[in-house]
Amino acid sequence: MTATGPATVPATAALALGDDALVLSHRLGEWAGHAPVLEEEVALANIALDLLGQARVLLSLAGDEDELAYLREERAFRNLQLVEQPNGDFAHTIARQLYFSTYQLLLHTELAAGNGPFAPLAAKAVKEIAYHRDHAEQWTLRLGDGTEDSHERMRRASEALWRFTGEMFQPVEGLDADWAGMEERWLESVRDVLTRATLTVPEGPRTGAWSAGAGRQGLHTEPFGRMLAEMQHLHRSHPGASW
Amino acid sequence: MTTTDWPLWEVFVRSRRGLSHTHAGSLHAPDAELALRNARDLYTRRGEGVSIWVVPAAAITASSPDEKDPFFEPAADKPYRHPTFYEIPEGVKHL
Amino acid sequence: MATAAAQRTAGTQPDGDGVPDTADTADTAAYQRAFDAAVAADERVEPRDWMPDAYRATLVRQIAQHAHSEIIGMQPEANWITRAPSLRRKAILMAKVQDEAGHGLYLYSAAETLGTGRDELLDKLHSGRQKYSSIFNYPTLTWADVGAIGWLVDGAAITNQVPLCRCSYGPYARAMVRICKEESFHQRQGYESLLALSKGTPEQHAMAQDAVDRWWWPSLMMFGPPDDESQHSAQSMEWKIKRHSNDELRQRFVDICVPQAESLGLTLPDPDLRWNEERGHYDFGVIDWTEFRDVLKGNGPCNEQRITQRRRAHDEGAWVREAAAAYAAKHTGTAGAAGHKTHETGAARA
Repeated sequence: MTATGPATVPATAALALGDDALVLSHRLGEWAGHAPVLEEEVALANIALDLLGQARVLLSLAGDEDELAYLREERAFRNLQLVEQPNGDFAHTIARQLYFSTYQLLLHTELAAGNGPFAPLAAKAVKEIAYHRDHAEQWTLRLGDGTEDSHERMRRASEALWRFTGEMFQPVEGLDADWAGMEERWLESVRDVLTRATLTVPEGPRTGAWSAGAGRQGLHTEPFGRMLAEMQHLHRSHPGASW
Repeated sequence: MTTTDWPLWEVFVRSRRGLSHTHAGSLHAPDAELALRNARDLYTRRGEGVSIWVVPAAAITASSPDEKDPFFEPAADKPYRHPTFYEIPEGVKHL
Repeated sequence: MATAAAQRTAGTQPDGDGVPDTADTADTAAYQRAFDAAVAADERVEPRDWMPDAYRATLVRQIAQHAHSEIIGMQPEANWITRAPSLRRKAILMAKVQDEAGHGLYLYSAAETLGTGRDELLDKLHSGRQKYSSIFNYPTLTWADVGAIGWLVDGAAITNQVPLCRCSYGPYARAMVRICKEESFHQRQGYESLLALSKGTPEQHAMAQDAVDRWWWPSLMMFGPPDDESQHSAQSMEWKIKRHSNDELRQRFVDICVPQAESLGLTLPDPDLRWNEERGHYDFGVIDWTEFRDVLKGNGPCNEQRITQRRRAHDEGAWVREAAAAYAAKHTGTAGAAGHKTHETGAARA
């Protein structure tokens, strides 16, 4: 991956990163009008908009952004299973944000430091992601170390999503990164936040028979098909139309 | 349920370097850290700021309207504090 | 720095109850005269100034209703975020709905300066004791409704709001300045979206026309009842909370929309709409005020749905708000890791 310029960007990698951002942005967009407090309406929308912006740049590197977003079948999406998980309660959304943004920050920091084709856009995204990571950390602390109820919810959420976190460190073709080293730093970083939030690091496996690298291969979970059906139906109902 | 009452914070934003912070509005937050983040999301969505202060609204001491006279009127009768008070012959520069 | 005449002569009212602490009737009359003079002279009233109880109550009611409208108004459009037909439109719509949440927050803050907290106002919204704009009780049935809302509903709102930037109450006027500035894109994106549909496939064009047919009349109702039936109008105009009458603003809006509809290639659903040379305005048909009052009373297509969703979001979020408050109580006094107590905290986005 020494060549530069959009033309030589590896499509597999652009799709993997772009789909992560697109799908998570969509999930966060589902919060609009439902957030626990008005200030969070604004905060969650900010994160969703950042991710959507990242997705559009990345998908455009791999082809036409709308064709890729709206006309691919479920099995052609390359996002992690983690980001497609339904919002659940606010604790689940925050756990998903913590796991993903920590990963995304580590990966983009590496990409930004390198001289590969993703370096320029990673450098821009890092600033956004750092803020997402901070938002997730602040809320993990407050929910974990808040009331008994919130502690319990945050514990359940951190455990429920744990099995989707191993997949993040399966090498992606075309991305030059130290995956094993990233995984170590990820564990360290997440452990630090959970501990300060008076939570323990979940003990379960971080991958399952179904989830090991599966999203990146186009194998997804049931809720994802429904999400895509909703996202794509209008666009698909009017073939060739402009909006 | 009373514990959901988040206190009020006043938000001051520096719109760019070289300018002072000005009052932008207020918001609710449980603590200073979240107040700062909420302020960033709410008051600088369009890149309106480079720096933010948040102050608990309860910590602000204000001059009340009927204190305004003693507070501000003395300044109004000291026109010699202002450069326009002085007459300078036309054509004199750099004053 | 215009100091309101009212400020100079009026007493303070730190408890915000509308009654000067040392009031006697003579004082009150003097405060009232000073207040009237300040308003007449187009000076701004600020939070700690003396003001008549009725002025305060009117403002709280109006600002709260305005804030509630922003918050409830998120729902019909958020209904389409997950189905937006292109990523560009999706980003625009998300940003717009987010703005509405932000505008709600600015307005709740403005109401708060009058001594009424947000929790209390939300409580009144949730229990139906305070209203929001009836327009949001209509459903968004197709994607074109998002465009029609931007063009017509936001257009009507802007027509109403621009004069509020000069409202006599300072905090409300300042909130409106910010809101109007931010909303300038809301109407344009709606118009642009409708234009794309109108010039698109026959199906898209039909979708756009159908949306305009459904949103036109409710948009005209947004200006409120005719002047001769409007309860609060005369007093609000005297107080300079309101600057133009309902009918004046409605006419202004119609005059603006007719040529815009022509450029869109869409028809406004009113056979009586025609230019009146003599008046220099467009004449338009009779508004169905029975429908207006019916929706206002709670019988619109979505009244129940909107308030139920709002209440549910609030109730389901209670544990989150409690958790944050509990955390703050435990950790008060310890400087947070990311906050800098004495230094300026850079909050700029890249």
